[in-house]
Amino acid sequence: MSLVELEGVSFGYTATPVVRDVSLAVESGEYVGIVGPNGSGKSTLLRIVLGLHEPDSGSARLFDSPAGAFAERERVGYVAQDVTGNATKMPITVAEVVLMGRFPHAGFGRIGPEDREKARDALETVGIDRLADRRITKLSGGQRQRAYIARALAGEADLLVLDEPTVGVDAESVDAFFGLLDGLNREGMTVLLVEHDIGAVLDHAGRVVCLNREVYFDGPPTEFADSDALDRAYGTTVRRDGDVTVA
Amino acid sequence: MIGGRLVPAVVGLPDDALMWLLDRWSDLLLAVADGSGLVMLEYGFMHRAFLVGILIAVMAPLIGTFLVHRQLALIGDALAHTAFAGVAVGLFVNATLGTGISPYLTAVVVAMIAALAIELISEVTDAYNDVSMAIVLSTGFALGAVLISLDSGGLAVGVNQYLFGNLSTVTNENTVLLVGLFSVITLVVGATYKQLLYVTFDETAARVAGIDVRWYNRIVAMLTAMVVVGAMQIMGVILVAAMLVVPVAGAAQVARSFREALLASVVLAELAVLVGITLSFYYETTAGGTIVLVAVGIYVGAVLLGKLGSDPDAVAGAGSTSEGRSADR
Repeated sequence: MSLVELEGVSFGYTATPVVRDVSLAVESGEYVGIVGPNGSGKSTLLRIVLGLHEPDSGSARLFDSPAGAFAERERVGYVAQDVTGNATKMPITVAEVVLMGRFPHAGFGRIGPEDREKARDALETVGIDRLADRRITKLSGGQRQRAYIARALAGEADLLVLDEPTVGVDAESVDAFFGLLDGLNREGMTVLLVEHDIGAVLDHAGRVVCLNREVYFDGPPTEFADSDALDRAYGTTVRRDGDVTVA
Repeated sequence: MIGGRLVPAVVGLPDDALMWLLDRWSDLLLAVADGSGLVMLEYGFMHRAFLVGILIAVMAPLIGTFLVHRQLALIGDALAHTAFAGVAVGLFVNATLGTGISPYLTAVVVAMIAALAIELISEVTDAYNDVSMAIVLSTGFALGAVLISLDSGGLAVGVNQYLFGNLSTVTNENTVLLVGLFSVITLVVGATYKQLLYVTFDETAARVAGIDVRWYNRIVAMLTAMVVVGAMQIMGVILVAAMLVVPVAGAAQVARSFREALLASVVLAELAVLVGITLSFYYETTAGGTIVLVAVGIYVGAVLLGKLGSDPDAVAGAGSTSEGRSADR
């Protein structure tokens, strides 16, 4: 069973499709990095994977059920761009944020000692347990992204979906952050990462998907470096598509 | 009174039992009056004012915390103005049909409809939330003004107490209505605290976590409507939104965690209400205005306290790790 399975997915916010005829499957244990130029539909594709958008055509499945109706929500951890720093001034501690990972498990029930322990363990795993009682807004961008990973770990997610997690994070912390993802992936976590930094994806991911509305490349990083997919997806060069010339 | 009977039926408490409880509350305050010599506690209307005030100071910041941290601080203002329309509807219906419906009950209904309208307008038209709030606010106030002018004879006189609030207009029936609103609000927030917190903190992540964000937005809007009408009795329409926002803003200055912030906002609100009601009794000032001024005073104090208290936290954290030193700020 694929954790993520997109088949012929097209989607547009307006009549113009943002993603067109994308097929993509992510198997358990994989580390998939999606790269592509700005506005290439990377983030939209993630939102379709997560069931936040219904595809206009094609099908999106998550853990073998339609992504929009997927019920076992705790199995997916989601880390977005670090916007919290500017967007919220909410008084909330790191520990409280990480504990949210347990909420889908608890439903309307109470959060128990076991939930708190799992949240504590997750904070230790990502190495920021000493910051548990700090306000999340007082953390650096890199520390904050670790907290969101910890939230996914506390929820015992099987699939980690990250949307440009290192935007606004300083270079040194970015390295450490990718180190953390590598470690989690080695221990069996499936990672689906959208990233603007192609170098980081080539260094860390086991598989590269190059997207610009449609999939230009899908394969191992070494092959991607040798292919011309990057030029075709990013460049303005004309490409041959069957016998139709597409600009 | 319809308002008096309907609400306990919803909450599951008979009218008589609530009235009995009100009497015991009065006995308690009378005993305090005897023991302490506080003149204000000898009056029945002050007993009701304090009870209503204490309840409002719990539920307003409770809901306000979820509003302020989603940058929806103005929703209270919008709903207060529609609650005014609701009062006008009640008075108008009573004047034309000769019925005895409590204007607070029509205010609850109209404000809750308006609350849903705010959510629906922003969902359907894809507008900013504050646009739909402004639309609903204007509509509410316009509707109220038109209804009052339609029958300006007896109506305009009665409207003042709703606009500005009045300690002595808090009747037993109104108090029972408020106890009902209080029970509903605390029960709903208690049951959905986790979901509300998640939605407040991060809507997208909450959706990924399987929370139906739209429904929780609607729930919050409707609870807000209930608080607004509840608080209208002593605060008046115009100042009602302050109770949702000012204590919460003060608490955010001194609290570190969300739970602390919630608790602190209730404490600050209680302080504002108790001091405000007392001052308004002795200086014969309007209760709503006095409470709000006290609340703002407390807020300023909290800001100063927060500025003094937050610096050690920042210093202690910096440099404790390599990542801390290279913090990208």
